[in-house]
Amino acid sequence: MTNISTSDRPVLHARGISKFFPGTIALDDVELRLMPGEVHALLGENGAGKSTLIKCLTGAYRRDAGVIMLDGTEVEPASTADSQRLGIGTVYQEVNLLPNLTVAENLFLGRQPMRGGFIARKRMNAEARAVLQDYGLEIDPAEPLTAYSVAIQQVIAIARAVEMSGKVLILDEPTASLDHDEVQLLFGVIRKLKKRGLSIVFITHFLDQVFAISDRATILRNGRVIGECVLAEVTQHDVVTMMLGRQLEARVKARDVGVAGKTLVEVEDLGKRGMIAPFSLDIREGEVVGLAGLLGSGRTETANLIFGVVPADQGKIMLRGQEIGVTNPRDAVAHRFALCPEDRKVDGIVGDLSVRDNIILALQARQGWMRPIPRAKVQEIAESYVRALDIRLASLDMPIRLLSGGNQQKALLARWLATNPDFLILDEPTRGIDVGAHAEIIALIEQLRADGMALLVASSELEELVAYSTRVIVLRDRKQVRELAGDEITPDNIINAIATEEVA
Amino acid sequence: MIRSTHLPLLITLATFIVAYALCASAYPAMLSFRVVANLLTDNAFLGIAAVGMTFVILSGGIDLSIGSVIAFTGVFLAVILRDTSLHPLVAFALVLALTTGFGAAMGATIHYLEMPPFIVTLAGMFLARGAAYVLSTESVPITHEFYDMLQGLYWKIDGARFRLIGGLMVLTFLVGIITAHRTRFGQNVYALGGGEQAARLMGVPMASTTIGIYAVSGGLAGLSGIVFSLYTSAGYSLATVGVELDAIAAVVIGGTLLTGGYGFVAGTFFGILIMGLIQTYIVFDGTLSSWWTKIVIGGLLFAFILLQKGLTWAAEKRATRARQRTATGSAALS
Repeated sequence: MTNISTSDRPVLHARGISKFFPGTIALDDVELRLMPGEVHALLGENGAGKSTLIKCLTGAYRRDAGVIMLDGTEVEPASTADSQRLGIGTVYQEVNLLPNLTVAENLFLGRQPMRGGFIARKRMNAEARAVLQDYGLEIDPAEPLTAYSVAIQQVIAIARAVEMSGKVLILDEPTASLDHDEVQLLFGVIRKLKKRGLSIVFITHFLDQVFAISDRATILRNGRVIGECVLAEVTQHDVVTMMLGRQLEARVKARDVGVAGKTLVEVEDLGKRGMIAPFSLDIREGEVVGLAGLLGSGRTETANLIFGVVPADQGKIMLRGQEIGVTNPRDAVAHRFALCPEDRKVDGIVGDLSVRDNIILALQARQGWMRPIPRAKVQEIAESYVRALDIRLASLDMPIRLLSGGNQQKALLARWLATNPDFLILDEPTRGIDVGAHAEIIALIEQLRADGMALLVASSELEELVAYSTRVIVLRDRKQVRELAGDEITPDNIINAIATEEVA
Repeated sequence: MIRSTHLPLLITLATFIVAYALCASAYPAMLSFRVVANLLTDNAFLGIAAVGMTFVILSGGIDLSIGSVIAFTGVFLAVILRDTSLHPLVAFALVLALTTGFGAAMGATIHYLEMPPFIVTLAGMFLARGAAYVLSTESVPITHEFYDMLQGLYWKIDGARFRLIGGLMVLTFLVGIITAHRTRFGQNVYALGGGEQAARLMGVPMASTTIGIYAVSGGLAGLSGIVFSLYTSAGYSLATVGVELDAIAAVVIGGTLLTGGYGFVAGTFFGILIMGLIQTYIVFDGTLSSWWTKIVIGGLLFAFILLQKGLTWAAEKRATRARQRTATGSAALS
């Protein structure tokens, strides 16, 4: 924790910011100091309070306590429009411009140059061209916004925010949907704005980007400020440790990873532009491959690409040495793949259907709707899995949404196990479930592995990955950075791999 | 340079020209000024209402109340002129204030109660129709010397009479075009149609814009009602049933996207003319039944929906290409 010794008064100084939601404290006495002409990273895992803090600063939320000083005077932004007028401009992850308007119309919406009560279009286009040239864009502002790429649209959004507000620019995950070259374009603009003396708050999950562009960082965890640091004086390892707050001493744990069989699935250079860099991996029968990484590092993307939820735009998947085409989940299911998605409420359960119907869903889908599974058979399958996985329920007829999180998760597992898969992908199988169910799911994973199934498990619980993985693949910034095997698999090594800077 | 957003407008224009050429080749008499003058006169009330509808649809909304508001306006004027000694101009001002306020109230309901425009204006449709019945269930003739004077106004070319109401429609379209493209209100309408969330974050005044849009639509429906009363010299509570659907058809045939954000007021003008042209052709033919109008308009609407889908698809393709282009461009730089 370094206190920067500067006589400069902060441009933006938020102090004692607290925000309470029913049952939780989202922000607890948070302080953010933004110096003139600096790029300040706001870091933290999901739920740490980053977006809540931004929403309090921009007036989207009403804070419950605290003072916001802008240029030494206290301000009270009541809405996003209000904070814009005060001088705080915000650019969001999703480009928030209008696709049906031209570039110039987007840039000047609400403050168009007028002549005699009417919009002076020629002057507006000329001014837009001049403004955008300052940002290194040589584009025709009379063209529709959608004629240009997301990265250029993002720069236009920044230009609009800066031209309207001009003191503080908040960039909320602006690079989330950009690829490497586009990020460089954006960084060029950020550096220019910094030279102009603008203060920038930068939020991202990508640590490389944080260190590439930011001067200082404020790290949040569970709604509290964990530290404020000058990035030149700390390592990525320090930052990750602060974000995750984990004890780095490796916990000795009995690992029994069994013996792996033949290679089942090989993935070669599978990738999708702007989503995940091409990756290769192979998984053998009786093996659990863990996927580790921070949020947004590409764990879910990897799983989705292999299962065909999102079609890849390059690379191939081989099953037992034969190339197979997986362009949608139906193909994947046909090849005896199965995927339990991360967000079971959205992508998994069908809340109002009975537990039985939910369990049988994937098997019936693979059979085709024209060949219904006989009622008695359905009952038998459902009952056997309820017994095998110890799903606690009053009746198979009850809607699945009434089950607890852990039992829902087990029912979802049952759904895919009923299809008798060769290859099972689990995305965050233990998220949001209680401790008991947690242990049972881990035991189940180990059981399935022992039975010779190939598993790919993405998880943010490092200890859990360490416990059951034969190998662990570490992802970072939507790239595979490291593969750990055998005794190398410790929480410490995983954190180090996440935090290690790339050799450029 | 032709931009893709102008393409639907150009296609509407081309459709109109081709349709007119076909009509003229079958019946050369359709090229006369008289036909053009009648086209403007007969479609004046629909055209004026369709300008309001264009703004509503551009913003991503819908206004189902305008047919009822037109009928209400007619009955209101007829009853006022029959039962009181008010001058028609005063009655016009009254009814315009009433219909504009009615539209504004619907807009306020849509914005503040966050209700879908479809439901709110459906309620408005029943309310206005009901109010017309309350005033009179009979057709009330309008006899006033001021009305005779207005109806007698025309500009004569080659024996064709370009009447006041046709001119009023053209004027409404001109004002509509300028409002849409050269005022902040117009830009805000497009912004709303392009994306409500983005528009809000960009600081578009949501309340005043939404209320304004439906006030304009209500006011223009009132003006349309005045024009309709001049056209028919009567007020009848059962008149103009379903005119809102004709107006929507004209807007869509005019190239405006029903989901909002894309389109032009000028396109609606040609949409109106195309629909009028079909009717005129059937009159000239004499053997075709009038329901052919409906069939042709139905076919045209369907064709334009397909066209819009195709254009959206082409735009997405183009965006993907643009993305790849910049990617390779910046890669070359680095």
